[in-house]
Amino acid sequence: MSWKMWSLKKSIWVFHVNTGACNNCDIEIVNCLTPKYDIERFGIKLVGSPRHADALLVTGVVTLQALPRLLEVYRQTAKPCVVFPIGACACDTGIFYNGYHVAGPVDKIIREEDPNAIIAYVPGCPPKPEAMISGVMKALSAI
Amino acid sequence: MSLFTVLLWILVVPVTIVLGLAASWIVRKVSALVQWRVGPPLFQPAYDVIKLMGKEILIPEEANKSVFMMAPLIGFVGVLLLSLILWNALAVQRPFVGDVIVAIYLMVLPSLALILGGSSSASPHASIGTAREMKLVMGYELPLVLAFIVVLIKTGGQLSLAGISQQVPVLSISGMLAFIVALLCVQAKLGFVPFDIAEAETELGSGVLMEYSGALLALWKVMQAVMLVALPFFLMILFLGGYGTNHLTGVGAISAIILLIVFVVGRFMSGRSKFLDVMALLSFIGICILAGLGKYVLILVLLILIKNTNPRLKIDQAMKFFWGFCTVTLVVSIILASLGNYYNVSWL
Repeated sequence: MSWKMWSLKKSIWVFHVNTGACNNCDIEIVNCLTPKYDIERFGIKLVGSPRHADALLVTGVVTLQALPRLLEVYRQTAKPCVVFPIGACACDTGIFYNGYHVAGPVDKIIREEDPNAIIAYVPGCPPKPEAMISGVMKALSAI
Repeated sequence: MSLFTVLLWILVVPVTIVLGLAASWIVRKVSALVQWRVGPPLFQPAYDVIKLMGKEILIPEEANKSVFMMAPLIGFVGVLLLSLILWNALAVQRPFVGDVIVAIYLMVLPSLALILGGSSSASPHASIGTAREMKLVMGYELPLVLAFIVVLIKTGGQLSLAGISQQVPVLSISGMLAFIVALLCVQAKLGFVPFDIAEAETELGSGVLMEYSGALLALWKVMQAVMLVALPFFLMILFLGGYGTNHLTGVGAISAIILLIVFVVGRFMSGRSKFLDVMALLSFIGICILAGLGKYVLILVLLILIKNTNPRLKIDQAMKFFWGFCTVTLVVSIILASLGNYYNVSWL
């Protein structure tokens, strides 16, 4: 394992991308920062710019409006980075399956842009903060 | 120059950087404890910097590339030079007359580098952050220099840091007022919360640093960490009478090294990191007090508490605060200090 990946695991800075979520997953993400869950214990921090980010938390089904924005944010993120589709909609479009406004699940869209992207899924509607923490930790130990 | 002094000067830069990273961990840990959280582990700032070193460096297409790359270097060099001058006055006691003026000039350099970097990065968020940083610099430089004038009057026109550090201006009314205002100016220089207008995570992304990534961002982070050492040291020398050596200093230094080894080993051996981290925090503060750096810890804790108990100001509120309240306070304290000098009343 290279030192780059070792240090990436120790300090994950997260950028939150909402591609058309109902705000439920977003609330649960912010819940992770509260004293009850406190993800700063693992070195995880919410940052305001994709240039600083090591992980993109994508919530919600990718609408046609949000598609170019999501790709732009992914291109702006400094590599190596991990993409986390959070919630049922982001993982496989959920109840919006085959909707007229849906561009597709997050993993397919990101893979079209970058075939070697690291993607880890956290399903649930919305996923519990415990599920997110365990998802992030499992993904990191698998890298 | 003997071999020992040469080795000492080679060691100063890494020691300053390590101390800065430890101080930035203390800031995050104490903030977490104030908010009833657990907080990051002991090596978190070091992990962050190592990780950023390994990341890709992205440069915006429209950015002025040379200025964009140079700005963090300028800021880093400026703050390292500042800390060297302060260490020179604190430890080696071989200062030159007028080094306090050099220190005041060097203290502007990090803010200037931030302005350069933000304005050359071709991002609207960064340019708003730059505009705010410029206004903030104009705001706090005036009270800071006025506070320095109070110190000059109280110490009888000394222009070297070592000379100033022989006296304690804070033990008078005017010196106390000047110290409070200078503490707030340092808060603004560090970009801590009531004055984090230029970074403003929630509204500007991260303002001036928005477009930086990878090793360049790591340089900014190390620069901010070293500022956490240099600026409180500067306040300590100016107002609180400098480095307090006593008969426990040697014991403190030795126990510092032993405890540090114990905690580094314990951190890797044991899973109970929460307990160990709190113990490391307490022992770090204890060691600092033993080694004569208790005043540094006092200033750092004051800064952290102000940071955690205040909401962010708007830029016009900050300007009004610095040019109105702070400047008037300092004019009053300059008058008090002059009166005290004239009538030989030391407590004025």
